[in-house]
Amino acid sequence: MLKILHKREVAPRIHEMVIEAPDIAAKAQPGHFVIAMADEVGERIPLTIADYDRAAGSVTLVLMTVGVSSTKLSRLNEGDSLYALIGPLGHPSEMGNFGSVILVAGGVGTAPVYPIAKKLHELGNHVTVIQGARTKDILFWTEKMAGACDEHIVVTDDGTAGRKALVTEPLKEILEAKAAEIGCIWIIGPAIMMKFCAKTTEPFGVKTFASLNTIMIDGTGMCGGCRCTVGGQTKFTCCDGPEFDAHAIDWDSVLKRQQIYKCEEKCAMDRYVATWQQEQ
Amino acid sequence: MKSIQNIQPTRTPMREQDPKERAHNFKEVPLGYSEAEAIQEASRCLNCKKPMCVTGCPVNVNIPEFVSLIEQGEFAAAARAIKKTSALPAVCGRVCPQESQCEAKCVLGRKLEPVAIGRLERFAADYEREHNLVEIPPKAPPTGKKVAVIGSGPAGLTVAGDLILLGHEVTIFEAFHKAGGVLMYGIPEFRLPKEIVQKEIQYLSQLGVKFELNQVGGRSVDVRELLSERGYDAVFLGVGAGLPSFMRIPGTDLGGVYSANEYLTRSNLMKAYLFPEYDTPIVRGKHVCVVGGGNVAMDAARTALRLGAETVKIVYRRSEAELPARAEEVHHAKEEGVEFQLLTNPTALLGDENGMLSAMTCVRMELGEPDASGRRSPVEIPGSEFTFETDLVIFAVGTGANPIITNSVEGLELNRRGYIVADENGRTSIPGVWAGGDIVTGAATVIQAMGAGRKAAKDINEYLSSK
Repeated sequence: MLKILHKREVAPRIHEMVIEAPDIAAKAQPGHFVIAMADEVGERIPLTIADYDRAAGSVTLVLMTVGVSSTKLSRLNEGDSLYALIGPLGHPSEMGNFGSVILVAGGVGTAPVYPIAKKLHELGNHVTVIQGARTKDILFWTEKMAGACDEHIVVTDDGTAGRKALVTEPLKEILEAKAAEIGCIWIIGPAIMMKFCAKTTEPFGVKTFASLNTIMIDGTGMCGGCRCTVGGQTKFTCCDGPEFDAHAIDWDSVLKRQQIYKCEEKCAMDRYVATWQQEQ
Repeated sequence: MKSIQNIQPTRTPMREQDPKERAHNFKEVPLGYSEAEAIQEASRCLNCKKPMCVTGCPVNVNIPEFVSLIEQGEFAAAARAIKKTSALPAVCGRVCPQESQCEAKCVLGRKLEPVAIGRLERFAADYEREHNLVEIPPKAPPTGKKVAVIGSGPAGLTVAGDLILLGHEVTIFEAFHKAGGVLMYGIPEFRLPKEIVQKEIQYLSQLGVKFELNQVGGRSVDVRELLSERGYDAVFLGVGAGLPSFMRIPGTDLGGVYSANEYLTRSNLMKAYLFPEYDTPIVRGKHVCVVGGGNVAMDAARTALRLGAETVKIVYRRSEAELPARAEEVHHAKEEGVEFQLLTNPTALLGDENGMLSAMTCVRMELGEPDASGRRSPVEIPGSEFTFETDLVIFAVGTGANPIITNSVEGLELNRRGYIVADENGRTSIPGVWAGGDIVTGAATVIQAMGAGRKAAKDINEYLSSK
């Protein structure tokens, strides 16, 4: 159990892992997340499910190495097992036929957008995906994504692939052209991107979901570490979310809460790199 | 029968780590009895014909039996006598509120100090374990019946321990990566060493209880499926309380503000007190405030001291007499240097430009008329607000019902607060499903959860026998 069946680096520092987890795969739906631990002394970190295969009993996760926990996970190889993986957690994405939908995928947010796009496409929605990245090298799953939507718009900050733009630009243009036709919008990516996408869609009054990836421990409603303010009320991302009305989220608080352990993260990473160098 | 005149009037003291020293380490505070001390204390028991102490115990441990075995020097036999009715003696000997249960009923207590039953229970369990004398008791022949227990806290462990001895197959599903529930994530190492919890769990494994870790009830484990497709004959839900409460005041989103659940889970289960050896970080405040007056508040305050705080205050809106924590916990906290800011209630948390907590505003309170609970309710004194610096605030102001399991089981009756409705034997509105512990009662004690587990196990056994 929890064995890594396939692993590949889809872009520098971005790893796709297919993990044997039949209990989770059996119940997974688009929008769900899991909590993973690389080893016994590791942190518990939330990762949104990027794909699942009920028949094969596997779930796919995509993670970008940032700190110790993601680095440790990314250094596991095919055949290794995770120490712990629980899920599926949170509420699944709201599914239905909304007519036309837009999904904005920023950076590693591409992974969780994929199963939502696929499902919405299957349900007969006209799906537009705006997939953005800083530069061409870190774009991944472009073909896979193109197959899961009707319109696929790629943007990069530096213009090395697709259009040279931020994701908010095509988003705004589509809304200006046909906001009335858009039933629903999803925005998933770095919190700062989600904040600006939310600002972009708000004046058009189109229902917009953002999927939060907050600090968590248990992921089952026990610790409250994942709390955020939505519409002036305290919500727990793990059991009230992870998707919330993007226009009601207090984004500044979300951004600040991501920085709580900035110093500790650096300290832990430096220490990890030092021991790793010693081993070599 | 012994005469009360010849009885040592006071309890045999238990040695403890010096408060100054222990406030900086995570080692256990009370050091336990020596054999001689245990015999000395056990000899104070009158061995009453109608032992009232047993009626004070939620799991009805045969107290006079095990105490007299200690008096005779039969220490391991004493532990086994307890284990006939309690799966977790080393835990209960440490964390039960004996002063309001068994010891409150001890007849000696009318004139002298009651027998230190908790200390003796701890001694017997520790003796048996440390001397490798743990025996696997005989089990009833297999019944072929399967029971699923969701949650491996005190309620679930008790149900499992009872039913496995009766010959049923028992599997415990636990959401965390370690079994033990609140015993692992909630109660700190210095009050309940985790090695002891794991030994008690190992004992249950040796009895044949299967543990499935990383399985979330209501998510990867579905209650209806357990009964319909997976061949289980009964399910017990012992998932504990859940959602931590925060006060509705500005600033609870700031960094450096925790629920006690999060703070204690980081430190206890994730071992953040050993960061960076363990990867999970924790905010180490210099000037710490813990809001609340229960046992959890005391645990959080004492943990903060051990994590290097210069000052730790308990901020509680009523007076000392109303503190819900055990007297022993309050005493230990005071000895270690925790200050008590009573009749005080927070009104706002203030942060710096990085979103980290920097100060708290509180208001003074006075006690007004008694409320529905009979306690005098605290009332704000107008104009008494004051603000002081603090870099870590921990809310230990209770919890609400966790919706994950309860929402996932269609037809499960809940009360208006979201807790599971169960009768005195733990039966829920769904045939074949029992519940007990905090998910039924709201936050309570370890032994109350065990008591609920004990009753449910008895009822499950009767149900399975007639099925």
